[in-house]
Amino acid sequence: MATQTSEPAAVTGAGVVDRIRVSVPDRGLRHDLRAVSIVWRRELIRFRTDRLRAITALVQPFLFLFILGTGLSSLAGGSLPHSSTFDFKTFIYPGVLAMSVLFTAIFSAGSIVWDREFGFLREILVAPVSRGAIVIGKCLGGATIATFQGVIFLCLAWFAHVPYNPVLILSLIGMLLLLSFTLTAFGVMMAARIKQFQAFMALTQMLVMPLFFLSGALYPLTGLPAWLTVLTRLDPLTYVVGPMRHLVFSHLNVSPQIAAILNTRLAPSITWAGWAVPVWLSLGIVAVMGLVMMSVAIAEFSKTE
Amino acid sequence: MTAEAGTSPGARQVADSTGPEAVISVSGLVKRYGQVEAVRGIDFEVRRGETFGFLGPNGAGKSTTIKILCTLATATAGTAMVAGYNSATERDAVRQNIGLVFQDTTLDTYLTAEQNLRFHAELYGVPKAAVMPRMRQVMDMVGLWDRKDSLVSTYSGGMQRRLEIARGLLHAPRVLFLDEPTVGLDPQTRSGIWTYINDLKSREDITIFLTTHYMDEAEHCDRIAIIDHGRIVAIDTPEALKASIGKDRVQIQTQDNQAAIAELGSKFGLDAAVREGVVTFSVASGEQFVPRLFSEFSVPIQSVSVSRPSLDDVFMSYTGTTIRDAEGGAGNEFMRNMARMRGRR
Repeated sequence: MATQTSEPAAVTGAGVVDRIRVSVPDRGLRHDLRAVSIVWRRELIRFRTDRLRAITALVQPFLFLFILGTGLSSLAGGSLPHSSTFDFKTFIYPGVLAMSVLFTAIFSAGSIVWDREFGFLREILVAPVSRGAIVIGKCLGGATIATFQGVIFLCLAWFAHVPYNPVLILSLIGMLLLLSFTLTAFGVMMAARIKQFQAFMALTQMLVMPLFFLSGALYPLTGLPAWLTVLTRLDPLTYVVGPMRHLVFSHLNVSPQIAAILNTRLAPSITWAGWAVPVWLSLGIVAVMGLVMMSVAIAEFSKTE
Repeated sequence: MTAEAGTSPGARQVADSTGPEAVISVSGLVKRYGQVEAVRGIDFEVRRGETFGFLGPNGAGKSTTIKILCTLATATAGTAMVAGYNSATERDAVRQNIGLVFQDTTLDTYLTAEQNLRFHAELYGVPKAAVMPRMRQVMDMVGLWDRKDSLVSTYSGGMQRRLEIARGLLHAPRVLFLDEPTVGLDPQTRSGIWTYINDLKSREDITIFLTTHYMDEAEHCDRIAIIDHGRIVAIDTPEALKASIGKDRVQIQTQDNQAAIAELGSKFGLDAAVREGVVTFSVASGEQFVPRLFSEFSVPIQSVSVSRPSLDDVFMSYTGTTIRDAEGGAGNEFMRNMARMRGRR
């Protein structure tokens, strides 16, 4: 029985006003899709009405790019090829771009903990809809607003001497979307277990900076000590920052010699024990990580009442 | 009155064994939390169209029972059928057919009222064409339609509760569960909420199951079950319960309560006790007893009041305590509210 809206309409009995017939269909794919969509839409509404959050989330990457980026330029100048034509800001831009989605993605997942504390999560969890639909909606919602945040930051590409090439921009957006999804899934997975918002904030603060620092956002992943090499390879951010930087460098307007130096010294391929990981595999790893964490989150939410 | 009013499609017809169709039927329900037995084997039926109240002090097992009925907890033993579905094994079907209003607000206060309801409509799969008219209908019912575009955070406590009731009705459930619908609201707002709940019965074909620890609210119910220490001690209409007492309640203020209690016992064979600060006892006809009291009693009396049996007396006669004493006095309410604010999860 899909959607029967045609009940014998009005009730003529004593004083019962025509109740609008709301026959709720059996659960099915369409019902789940509507649930995914409304959870996703709520995320967008909340983001739209909370401009302060959007602005504050941009402050940190802004500081990294302009203050740290400019300040370190003089220091890094010597090691960089032709410091006159190559800016350190260009080097860290992909990493800072990743950072711009990092906070938004994880904090959007944190709203689950917030909802739990303020009761709204109960309204969601008692609905006759699969937990999977809710978690998927949440992950997609977080991915969307985080990517949007990244797009705002993409507008600043000119300041880092990154050209507004349509192919480049679209590819970067795609990668940011993937990264945002995985980070949100990671946040949702943690939010399934954590009952207090403060605890969630503390934990994410503790995890976010290491994720950022280990991703190679601020330094090239070459010539690192073994322990640090291993740690960087465990960080999911690494597998997005690497390809993004590669992509950005390949669109720079520089001479072939400099391009060669950039690609070997500053944006080397990510390697596992000497084997260069292809870009498709890098991004595939991030996608699989996201899907696995989302599945864990679904399992967690299905377990609890 | 509206036998053909139409069961929601998707709701299974319930076998008709006890006259009017039973929308909720519970048998042998037990819930244990570790060593604590919160519900100790209860049986009852709620008939279609009834307003059925669960009355009892906090900790009596009301909330546990409502949680089991609403699929939010699983019973240790026994079964609960709601709208024809088993609340333990057919959860989604039960959820589709019930509306819930919890003690604590479950609204998203950063969204507008309309956005909250739309969220609900989508989650419950209300047919798209019906969403708008139905939303208007339920919001009109609680007098909030003209405030639909306001953020819920700007709503007063009473308005939020009304909005939650409207939301609970949005998907046209067969049973509306109200867990302490007026707790934490001021008396005027409370009576306002009751106006809406009573009004609802004339507009919707719905069965209402509610819990309360306010005696005066139980009067609004068609039938009530008094629950104490996890057991149902009485179940009937408020009138029948009061009639079953058959006695008036007399309360006297004296200079020496202990002496007064002793003398009431020795001289009149009455079983008196101090309830809520005054000596309280029950006699068959209070008006005739008072003159005797004054002529024969030796303990000085400061004031007397006689009252017809109320649900308070019913509660007292079945449980041996007033509901307020059972909860440990007025300070408890405060502590409970504090605990609720802290314990939100």
